[in-house]
Amino acid sequence: MKILGSEITPYKTYLNRRKFIKGSLASAMLATVTSSAFANHDSDLSIYTKNLNENDKLNSYEEITTYNNFYEFGTHKKHPHLNSGNFKPRPWTIKIDGLVKKPQTFDLEKILSNVTIEDRVYRLRCVEAWSMVIPWQGFQLSELIKMAEPLSSAKYVQFVTVFRPEEMPGQQKRTIIWPYREGLRMDEAMNPLTILATGLYGHEMPNQNGAPIRLVVPWKYGFKSIKSIVEIRFLDTQPETSWETLAPWEYGFYANVNPNVNHPRWSQGTERRIGEFKRRETLMFNGYEKEVAHLYKDLDLTKFY
Amino acid sequence: MFSTRNFNRSKPVLFILILFPSLLWAYQFVTGNLGVNPIEKLMDELGLMALRLIIITLMITTLSNIRPLKSIVVLRRMIGLFAFYYVCLHFSTYIVLDHFLDMQFIIQDIIKRPFITFGFISFLFLIPLASTSTNNMIKRLGFKLWKKIHYLIYPVAILASMHFYVLVRADKTEPVIYMGIIILLLLHRIFKRLTRPQLAQ
Repeated sequence: MKILGSEITPYKTYLNRRKFIKGSLASAMLATVTSSAFANHDSDLSIYTKNLNENDKLNSYEEITTYNNFYEFGTHKKHPHLNSGNFKPRPWTIKIDGLVKKPQTFDLEKILSNVTIEDRVYRLRCVEAWSMVIPWQGFQLSELIKMAEPLSSAKYVQFVTVFRPEEMPGQQKRTIIWPYREGLRMDEAMNPLTILATGLYGHEMPNQNGAPIRLVVPWKYGFKSIKSIVEIRFLDTQPETSWETLAPWEYGFYANVNPNVNHPRWSQGTERRIGEFKRRETLMFNGYEKEVAHLYKDLDLTKFY
Repeated sequence: MFSTRNFNRSKPVLFILILFPSLLWAYQFVTGNLGVNPIEKLMDELGLMALRLIIITLMITTLSNIRPLKSIVVLRRMIGLFAFYYVCLHFSTYIVLDHFLDMQFIIQDIIKRPFITFGFISFLFLIPLASTSTNNMIKRLGFKLWKKIHYLIYPVAILASMHFYVLVRADKTEPVIYMGIIILLLLHRIFKRLTRPQLAQ
């Protein structure tokens, strides 16, 4: 299985590419609007496709950015795309607190200057039984954790999404308890597959997909991959997470993709890959069994779902 | 203005208006214009349309209590049959397009997932309603029995709205509105029955 992105691009290259994107966007305004809006990412898709599994095909930029869940912008899957225009992802800071040597607030730019941005092509499996293949750009969460210097007593990491109801219309309604919260066990957070993503298809992370920085944990259901993170807390007890709080009989803390554990609302045995007609079988740990199964060898996955 | 004749005259227009969305969605589906997840979109649109039509049939009965609108009841059968039409399309989208006739999976799905159970029972209850909708059937069954059978529309409406309610993950506003309307319409019927003069016997 080819999972790790081998294409390592310095962050500077991405910044330059962004300048190019902006320039071409301006000129594209004069041309047709619809086609131009999606035509600016790297035309050389081989950068991404060479990291693909043979059964997978990349989803298009349009699919990835017009169909997703981000309840901060509304509960329908077209809402993030439609309602995220007023969101301002810069400037951005991330507060680090809890069981760390020294609580502090990092400027996003400062974090980015200390990490290497790389390509990661991952399958994303939503708990609603649809899935996509997405070329992310980002860096390993473990790099940030090292910068944060957690104490040895820290066993869990909690993440918090920004709360800005004036920019995020979905937050004006109490559909879930804001701000959105997620969490990982420390070993899950340190796993090399776990990344903080800052871009997709070579674009800066679009607002609707969790700008400017979001988590991606490819072997867990999509709702674990929390977006627009403003706070990371290190804890010695398992943190509360948003969906688990809302409906504990449906969503667990672990939320590992598992075709054998039933969900009261959707069968998790199969999934619809966006763009495909027939359903596919869902793979254990979303196909990342080799990389992560060892994390759970002592855990009853039917209990800790 | 609201005469039986005029309501009957409006039927062809209504027929086309209510049929049109299904033709449009079918066309959009075939031409790839139903968005990123077309099967889900098609199923959602068909189901919502069916639920709305079921509620409209209940409303028609209520409206026909208002004296000048008495004749509106002549539209009820057509709309009820259209509700069944949309439910059938909704259900066959689920069976054929969503699950490719994988009957073992579908049966498990119906048994295990409450929201699908509700929807399925609602569909089953609609079958006797649709199949006894002709004048001939009313005659054959006798009006009293026919009417009894058609009380099934109440569990149909309640189950259909529950089907929608349970499906929604977080913001339940829309299904709650539908449920609220159904409950109000039912309460009105109960109220009417309780306050009806006894001479009906």
